[in-house]
Amino acid sequence: MIFQSIKMAWEAVRSNKMRSFLTMLGIIIGVTALVVLVSLVDGAAGSITSEVENLGNDMVTVSVMDDKGAPLRLEDLSRLSQLEGVGLTSPSGSMTTTAKYLSNEVMVSLNGVIPAYYDIQGLELGQGRFLKTADVDNRSYVAVLAYDAAEELFGEEDVLGKRFTISGRSFQVVGVLAEEESMMSAMRSMMGGVSVYVPFTVESRMAGQPYVTSFCASADGDTSAAENALEQALLKRFQQDSDAFTLVNMSSISQAMDKVTDTLTLMLGCVAAISLLVGGIGIMNIMLVSVTERTREIGIRKAIGAGHRSIMAQFLLEALMLSLMGCMLGLGLSWVILQIFSHVAESITFAMSADVVGLAVGYSSAVGLIFGLYPANKAARKHPIEALRYDG
Amino acid sequence: MSNARRPIIEMKHVSKIYSIGGEEVRALDDASLTICEGEFVAIIGPSGSGKSTLMNIMGCLDVADSGEYLLDGQAIEKYSDDELAKIRNRKIGFVFQSFNLLTRMTAFENVALPLIYQGVGTAERKRRAMESLAKVGLEKRAKHRPAELSGGQQQRVAVARALAAQPSLILADEPTGNLDSRTGDEIMRLFCELNESGITIVLITHSEKVAAQAKRRIRIMDGRVEEVEAE
Repeated sequence: MIFQSIKMAWEAVRSNKMRSFLTMLGIIIGVTALVVLVSLVDGAAGSITSEVENLGNDMVTVSVMDDKGAPLRLEDLSRLSQLEGVGLTSPSGSMTTTAKYLSNEVMVSLNGVIPAYYDIQGLELGQGRFLKTADVDNRSYVAVLAYDAAEELFGEEDVLGKRFTISGRSFQVVGVLAEEESMMSAMRSMMGGVSVYVPFTVESRMAGQPYVTSFCASADGDTSAAENALEQALLKRFQQDSDAFTLVNMSSISQAMDKVTDTLTLMLGCVAAISLLVGGIGIMNIMLVSVTERTREIGIRKAIGAGHRSIMAQFLLEALMLSLMGCMLGLGLSWVILQIFSHVAESITFAMSADVVGLAVGYSSAVGLIFGLYPANKAARKHPIEALRYDG
Repeated sequence: MSNARRPIIEMKHVSKIYSIGGEEVRALDDASLTICEGEFVAIIGPSGSGKSTLMNIMGCLDVADSGEYLLDGQAIEKYSDDELAKIRNRKIGFVFQSFNLLTRMTAFENVALPLIYQGVGTAERKRRAMESLAKVGLEKRAKHRPAELSGGQQQRVAVARALAAQPSLILADEPTGNLDSRTGDEIMRLFCELNESGITIVLITHSEKVAAQAKRRIRIMDGRVEEVEAE
């Protein structure tokens, strides 16, 4: 019986190809919008999130805005790193200035740090060495360059031991970081210039600011525990004024980003859902026309013994078939579109997740059923005598 | 002789009243009649005499306002629309003036349709539908659609469809009305043959000539039913 009903529905859909296709078009567009938009957001969010995670999720960054007469010194930092849950700490203050090599001038972001910075930030050396504790203690004029800084300043590979000047002071290059290929580092160097790392003691003297105004800390285990410990300690130091400093946790950034993309997905999903709804109304419209056109057929079927349920099932299946076929075509179209996007965007691959496909199939069948219900019921309730008399 | 047979249709004091434009029309007025198994009955009446109403009630497409109607011993008034559909499916085979075949389906599919609603399995359905088509001599046209068949052939497909469900009764409403007289005669001969093989046939017509071929005639006029004595 059910197989026969499916066959009948298929014949009805097939016998009027153009109309069926136009009816499906609403669903096709709705499903394509849903799947493509959600997959695009998913793909883009996925690649940004992995970038953020590369920055070090277990890192906490603190900036002090108002020291309340109790400024932080390097010794205070090492005391903070004794706190439970906190790993290493390092100043991370930077100033933007100009570095000179021969006649070449490059805008750099000068970071005053201590050796622990290397591990906290998860940096990677390309050649030479990073700063040492002795460099900090002796206020040595030595520098470690980011890969692109070395490239821009010297324009060549072999730069170890070379000297360049910042504000009339000569620095010797002791190390160069490995090349980074992330979007974030590209963005950073675009905004603040290329990075140069020098001992904190040197940088603070040049900036005329002997205190630590911003620092980063790694967590010893749970990041939020470290965040809490630091917050308590700093609150205590700064007279319980939470506005005196800001504390940023990288994982909270990625959480916030997740929230943003979730909201975006939901919003775009809603827009797509509305267009699917419109597609459903199209189905209802055509089904109503079809029921009227086939009044006589309904009369014949009822006369030879079709009950309420058989007629209902026949028209419901027809609506369901239209919406599901539309859904399948929409999924196919989405796949093609996403392939094209992936090809164009190169670094990001956009894939349809099983969740989205399931959502699309579920939602279109629901739309087909709900909007098929009224026409199907209308068909099933026709009186056989009147239906047989109908000539159209 | 009809006393020896089992009655298929028993109508007792059946009335049906329509109100059209505030005016009451008695389409059927206290009609009583009995039709037994194996009979070939013609119901004759001019248009507007109430014969369509009589046929609708006989065919369980409609129910009477008052009176009693027993079909094959079952009282029809008590049933819901869905149960009436089931009774139509199993007990009555309809043949209409305008054939009423489903145009999108082949002759075979049209004939098999009542069996689908009966829930007959595929193999059995195929066998019985082909058997019915063979009875009307159209087994070679099984794959044709109605549009590819002549009027007489279409009506024979409709007869085959009526036969497929093996009903107690075939109810034919002006079956020759849309056919030329030669094909009309062919259909009537088919009905006579079917009746000889034991099938009960009720024929509704306005034509005395067609009615003359039935074994028993009932006249209907202004909703009243009366027996016509055999010549």
